[in-house]
Amino acid sequence: MRTVLSIEELSIALPKGADRPHAVAGISMKIAEGEILCVVGESGSGKSMTANALMGLLPPGVTVDGGRAVFDGQDVLSLPETERQKLRGSRIAMIFQEPMTALNPLMRIGEQISEVFAAHGMYTQTEREKRALSLVTEVGLPDPAKIMRAYPFQLSGGQRQRAMIAMALALEPELLIADEPTTALDVTTQAQILDLILDLRTRRGMGVMFITHDFGVVAEIADKVIVMEKGIAVEQGTAAEVLENPQHPYTRRLLDAIPTGRLPEARALEPAPVLEIKGLRKVYRTGGGLFREAREVRAVDDVSLSIRRGEVLGLVGESGSGKSTLGRTVVRLVTPDAGQVLVGGTDLAALSEEELRRSRNKVQMVFQDPYASLNPRHRILRALTAGPVAMGKPKPDAEAKARELLEIVGLGAETADRFPHEFSGGQRQRIGIARALAMEPELIVADEAVSALDVSIQAQVLDLLRDLRSRLGLSILFITHDLRVAAQLCDRIAVMQKGRLVEIGAVHDIFLAPREGYTRDLLAAVPGADWAAENRTRGFA
Amino acid sequence: MIRRFASNKGAVIGVLILLIVIGLALSADLLFPRGPWAMVQRPFLVPFTMDGFPLGTDTLGRDVAAGLVHGARVSLLVGLVSTIVALAIGVPLGAVAGFYGGWADEGAMRFTEFFQTIPNFALAIVLVAILEPTLTSITSAIAIVSWPPVARLVRAEVMAVKRREYVDAARLAGLSNFRILTGEVLPNTVSPIIVMASLMVATAILLESSLSFLGLGDPNAMSWGYMIGAARTVIRSAWWLSFFPGVAILVTVLALNLIGEGLNDALNPHLSRKGTA
Repeated sequence: MRTVLSIEELSIALPKGADRPHAVAGISMKIAEGEILCVVGESGSGKSMTANALMGLLPPGVTVDGGRAVFDGQDVLSLPETERQKLRGSRIAMIFQEPMTALNPLMRIGEQISEVFAAHGMYTQTEREKRALSLVTEVGLPDPAKIMRAYPFQLSGGQRQRAMIAMALALEPELLIADEPTTALDVTTQAQILDLILDLRTRRGMGVMFITHDFGVVAEIADKVIVMEKGIAVEQGTAAEVLENPQHPYTRRLLDAIPTGRLPEARALEPAPVLEIKGLRKVYRTGGGLFREAREVRAVDDVSLSIRRGEVLGLVGESGSGKSTLGRTVVRLVTPDAGQVLVGGTDLAALSEEELRRSRNKVQMVFQDPYASLNPRHRILRALTAGPVAMGKPKPDAEAKARELLEIVGLGAETADRFPHEFSGGQRQRIGIARALAMEPELIVADEAVSALDVSIQAQVLDLLRDLRSRLGLSILFITHDLRVAAQLCDRIAVMQKGRLVEIGAVHDIFLAPREGYTRDLLAAVPGADWAAENRTRGFA
Repeated sequence: MIRRFASNKGAVIGVLILLIVIGLALSADLLFPRGPWAMVQRPFLVPFTMDGFPLGTDTLGRDVAAGLVHGARVSLLVGLVSTIVALAIGVPLGAVAGFYGGWADEGAMRFTEFFQTIPNFALAIVLVAILEPTLTSITSAIAIVSWPPVARLVRAEVMAVKRREYVDAARLAGLSNFRILTGEVLPNTVSPIIVMASLMVATAILLESSLSFLGLGDPNAMSWGYMIGAARTVIRSAWWLSFFPGVAILVTVLALNLIGEGLNDALNPHLSRKGTA
């Protein structure tokens, strides 16, 4: 097979004062025609920098200081900007993580695709449109003629990513660089996009450099894998070699850290419920006026469920399924339209502002974004004590408890006097957990609490939660879009779709014998599901 | 942050100029103990012709340099105090509007618009004319016309910050709305307010000068605007009478603008045009 791209000893220098001298140090790789090379690594591993260097999109201050990237006999890195621009788009194309920001919001999809031809001065206007239409059809967008006339905001996330791929394919590139193209998408959509990329690869014979942090995705599509850690390629080989027989400890750690869907043993629980939700409804109305009907979205539609003391209930669903609204209703950041939220006998949904403030400690929340959930101007100690002090606990007691909690979540009491910016994402999430625990709640709602973290950090935080569950008898409503994560921690799983509770049951039942079609679809769409299942059977054998 | 501010040359120059102006204003009584109103030489003395009167004298034989230095006091004082008053009105109003939303927001914003629909300067003239021109009335008039943009800015900032997750967390901690607003939200809106305030001092100085120019200044306080206004009838024969106060206004306002921009870059590093990487 012909080699499309060969990178030799590529080094990218970071500006002085960065945490390490090189973003990428001496990386070599080869991509052949029709081959998919997955570049895997956690955030900060330099995987995106490699792609940006190829496209000449490095941020200011970051420079290539060694190595070559040979594409079609010439070194891309030493080409002058004008030459490189000709290459970009026409022979090397790139798709990005966030298709909304990568598309021009003011241009129709059809125009954006034809513009690619126009930029390279190809074809007449009518010919351009014809080709754009055939591309839109090729990437499997429904109703191509209508999509051509649509603006980006009218498409869903998956459709936008398809439109991006259509643009990337316009000039029949020999190499496609995909930078985390499915990370922002739901599992079912992700599965479709991965299928599309696989299909296009075989039909067009392009080489694909696929950057991802998810080994599930790797198992799904990779021919070859290169694992990066802190700018160094620690392991490379064929997908089978790396996945089945990882050599480097870092790779092994990453693989171990992935939630494989190995199911936890069912535990015995006392039957007393901590939380009972009865007939909960929340409808959002937007727009509307004198002459127009308001648009109604049933975010939570008649949901009833209960969580027993010491139980972890996973709430799983795709974006827009209403799982976050449900979580926010349970802590009453959102007031439901109807229904009851019973915690220890009190209906939180019916309390007045004043009564609510006194009962706030019963249910606490751990938030998704570790960077937004701590006030940047407050020391950790203040974040942990504000709640208990407001509940009437004497300040010295609250401070002593806060330090103790910081020990429990594995940060050490001395960290209390620092500011949030001194901590990494995983550490901040631990602080978030400590903050929730400081209120001595009966139930913790964790809203996508590990979704923003790298896999290895994710595994540590999950370990912490598991440990706390057994040590403190914690009850958790664990909201996640990732079934693999849910399987690791939860006793039972509830699946939501469009505001309705589709199915609820023990983890084993949901994973091994799902009753509803939607649950089956979700399970099938999990990247690397087959590979994980294989592992599981091997694990049992 | 101080390092980032210091790396901006314009801002450092601005600070230096402002420090000089402040220094002159503070030592006005030492430098010119006889005050700005004393007639000390023959009228229309051309600058740089007599020792001790480097900037010449005006139509009544008063020292222009003394006027400038004493005028600096009035300009800085009016600029600073009116800005503080404007912040004192605008920040709470904007914060309440942004934080509580709904009717509080509607009411506060319609009230703000009421002030915004009347041209600033016209309103200031009317207020000063009604209240009699004294330093207090001028300062309050300037404050009254300049708080609406503050209220708008604070409202927008508060609306953005109150959606952050740490505000939700504070709500879950059972903190009262007032404590969330003052403890969690407002401290995180401070940087743009500081930047705006530095620019407002500059506008206030300009407004005060314009009022004095029109003869609506405090008759007992020498100010730059008054000096220019008094000299406009003789501008063709005695250019220096309006030129030096004009330069003083220009330089001070420029200094404040430079500082404002430097603060903006230092406090919002993400928006700074230079790559920090």
